Amino acid sequence: MIPFIVTAFVAFLFYLVLVVGSGSVLFWSWEEIIAGVIIGLVTGVIARKIFCRSENYRMLHPVRLISILIYICGPFLVELTKANLDVAYRVITGNVRPGIIRLHSGMKSDLALTMLAHSITLTPGTLSVDVDGKNHDLFIHVIHLDEGVEKKEAFEAGEIFSYMNIPAWIRRIAE
Amino acid sequence: MTDIFMIAALITAVIVFGALVRLILGPTNPDRVVAVDTINTLTVAVMILLGVVYQQYIFIDVAIVYALLSFVSTLYIAKHIGGEL
Amino acid sequence: MIADTIIFIFLIIGLLFNALGVLGLLRFPDVYTRLHASTKATTFGSIFLCLGVVVFAISQYLGTSDSQYLMVITHTIIAVFALAITNAAGSHAIARAAHRSGQKPDPVVVDKLTEAGL
Repeated sequence: MIPFIVTAFVAFLFYLVLVVGSGSVLFWSWEEIIAGVIIGLVTGVIARKIFCRSENYRMLHPVRLISILIYICGPFLVELTKANLDVAYRVITGNVRPGIIRLHSGMKSDLALTMLAHSITLTPGTLSVDVDGKNHDLFIHVIHLDEGVEKKEAFEAGEIFSYMNIPAWIRRIAE
Repeated sequence: MTDIFMIAALITAVIVFGALVRLILGPTNPDRVVAVDTINTLTVAVMILLGVVYQQYIFIDVAIVYALLSFVSTLYIAKHIGGEL
Repeated sequence: MIADTIIFIFLIIGLLFNALGVLGLLRFPDVYTRLHASTKATTFGSIFLCLGVVVFAISQYLGTSDSQYLMVITHTIIAVFALAITNAAGSHAIARAAHRSGQKPDPVVVDKLTEAGL
């Protein structure tokens, strides 16, 4: 019963976001709200087992939802801007020294590992290639390794982000 | 006012030809998939800009669906290249 | 008038990074470094082109208070999120598939993934 309610409510909210500006009840018309309720119920019946597969509702906590927004608008945007200036520099000068390294992520849940891999892909000079399923290690392609760094066996998650402490943010959000 | 959006869409369409060169030249199949992925991203941007130029805001909905479907196609081509399909 | 200037700056930044991404796609030596250029730079450039559209819609909404511009704002933001998430996941899939198909990174100083033998 709980998966059905959660899925229907999320689908209803998403429909309301899609049809914003259609009428006079705040931003919506009555027809669209009724259609949203019906579509939400149908979606809840169909998709409840896919949407709530892990039976774990910790992501519904409002503090976590708000901190995702703060994370995207703050530290993530800073790292994304820095990544693009870095790529622009590499494109113009052609100064690359690539390699694939191993990274101890230290994340326990799958959602946190996914967020870390996406953040790594969109932050300076790094691209996640593969994942070791047993101990949650990531393999990362780095576009410019400094001299002598390639001798190290494995890296820690905090070492590759320079300004912001991205792994601590992800741990706070998703674990 | 909407002229600068038209100019931006035209310049982006010219940029797409650069990715097309990589699509034709690309020595291996993964290079070609990278080029197709880049072209898809730029196409989404062009659709949103043209939706504002012609005042047809339905183009933006089409752009969302195009982004999701191109993602699915990229995943399937990647699985085929990796030999898992 | 201020809105025009902001839109102009955003569109210039977006076009510049899109062009840099495609230039990197043509210039870099192997598939992994090309993925760096295409994923990061074209995502960032497209985000800025969409931000130009959002600023245009906000200025039109404040001028005319026509509610269809609210729809333009929300839909463009949803398109930006879809683009960012799908680009990151797609580049991850391409890199993994390229390594599994046997294509090694060409100028390389260390390759832990081949050593691990996954």
